[in-house]
Amino acid sequence: MDLFKIFGKKQEKSKNVAKERLKLVLVHDRSDLSPQLLEMMKTDIIRVITEYADIDEEGLDIKVTRMKKDGDITPVSALVANIPITKIKDNK
Amino acid sequence: MDNEKLGTAIVITSGKGGVGKTTTSANIGTGLAILGKSVVILDADIGLRNLDVVMGLENRIVYDIVDVVEGNCRLKQGLIRDKRFEKLYLLPAAQTRDKSAVKPEQMKELVDELKEDFDYIIIDSPAGIEQGFQYSIAGADIAVIVTTPEISAVRDADRVIGILEAKGLNNPKLIINRIRPEMVKRGDMMNRDDIEDILAIGLLGIVPDDEEIVISTNKGEPAVIERKSHAGNAYMNIAKRIIGEEVELLDIESSEEGKFSKILKMLFGK
Repeated sequence: MDLFKIFGKKQEKSKNVAKERLKLVLVHDRSDLSPQLLEMMKTDIIRVITEYADIDEEGLDIKVTRMKKDGDITPVSALVANIPITKIKDNK
Repeated sequence: MDNEKLGTAIVITSGKGGVGKTTTSANIGTGLAILGKSVVILDADIGLRNLDVVMGLENRIVYDIVDVVEGNCRLKQGLIRDKRFEKLYLLPAAQTRDKSAVKPEQMKELVDELKEDFDYIIIDSPAGIEQGFQYSIAGADIAVIVTTPEISAVRDADRVIGILEAKGLNNPKLIINRIRPEMVKRGDMMNRDDIEDILAIGLLGIVPDDEEIVISTNKGEPAVIERKSHAGNAYMNIAKRIIGEEVELLDIESSEEGKFSKILKMLFGK
């Protein structure tokens, strides 16, 4: 998320800015996931998880990103979900 | 037709307009002719014909691609012979029609017919990913993507690569056009490695931004003929790589020192 932090605040080379921006837009371009579809997925994921746990919906973060798998050079798209759980439900 | 030649059809495409598809088509086609190959450059940008002026052949046009497709003339009558190279021909786009005038099947048939008589068919695709792009790629064996080192052009190139692969036109090759070495050196322009890293396709060549391109276009003489410019030399190298020669990247082409010999084993030797 904070790729820019790696480079620090000092005089960023504009080509690096371009490259990072490009990488981010391409993640979305390349995945056929439209924002609507992502929203639907989000709703479904929340519905399933809330059957088992209470979650902090405010702190919820679900997005498509790009990551490298071990031993693989080309990055792949990945769905990353950060879902804070406030309490596990006792279902017994 | 007589003995089957079965040439190779190469579509030059980009997604984004104004990155140099037509200039690239004219120079690659002419370069291949200089190397002794028989070539047809096909202007697929119906309604916005331009390859004729870039090649300096605008006064010779009688028929066009739509006439050929609709059967108003024979294929041979539609082809315009270049002024300088006898094995180089242009099939011009129609100027007063639109992209609905040619269907992908018709294009494929046309290109297949040309392949029987010529070594290379260079198809200059229109910008965009609509109808015109769709019929342009219909008969192609190989796709060459032209981009400039700008974020918008690279993004569109990525999109086009995705569409081409979905259509079964795999392994497209990349030309990075209008690179400005001094800006690359300053870190104000994405270099070859940056772009290759993002698009992850094989590099066919790098063409520097060069005033000589404007001058040669003014005159209707592709820069590859005189070769007194960096861009002209870069296009000649691209033509050589297409016929299977291994040519190292020019100094000007290579963005950083020591990056020379990551030379592509070109797979055009079909």
